[in-house]
Amino acid sequence: MSIEVRIPTIMRPFTKDQKVVTATGATLSAAITDLDNQYPGIGDRLLENGVLRRFINVYVNDEDVRFSGALDTALKSGDSITILPAVAGG
Amino acid sequence: MTLEISSHFVDAILNQSRAEYPNEACGVIVGPIGSGRALRMKPMINAAQSPVFYEFAAMDLLGLYREIDDRDEEIVVIYHSHPGSEAYPSHTDIAYAGEPGAHYVLVSTRAEIAPVTEFRSFRIIDGAIIEESVAITD
Repeated sequence: MSIEVRIPTIMRPFTKDQKVVTATGATLSAAITDLDNQYPGIGDRLLENGVLRRFINVYVNDEDVRFSGALDTALKSGDSITILPAVAGG
Repeated sequence: MTLEISSHFVDAILNQSRAEYPNEACGVIVGPIGSGRALRMKPMINAAQSPVFYEFAAMDLLGLYREIDDRDEEIVVIYHSHPGSEAYPSHTDIAYAGEPGAHYVLVSTRAEIAPVTEFRSFRIIDGAIIEESVAITD
């Protein structure tokens, strides 16, 4: 069970500058837990009070997870997660 | 630090900002990875359609990153307009600033100074704002 995770520039200090890492997990939530075990601190950049942060966009196989169950989004081997910071402001 | 930017892009950003007034206008200028050069402008749709907020739609954002990845480009400038306030990063701008390597360009098209506009550039890193000079080239 291996899932490719694309890491945005702003989070690469956690992954020793790696742009693409791998994680395991049957759901997005489990994959983030695994990521945080491998790269401590990255989980906190993705989650706040147990939900995805508002200013982070997460896609599984190019689909916005807000429309596929958010943290409950099911994952299978070969899936790809992309994390992008929102480009937004006031 | 200095932002070097073509006058064509400055004009295009100001024109887009006026056209989308009273809502915020937004977009990026990209360039080859590592070059720091702002060479290709991509106006983006403000999914928020708001005078006080801008946001790239989630799928537009993904498409943008896929495209520049394929072309070995990166985001050099992220620009947006302030239709009702000065060209200076708001608290929201700081909270959302997610590209530490980018120049954050702000334009003000507020009525009080019309037809004059403001065009300023900043780095926003870890919550700190650093204004930089803007060198406009041909």
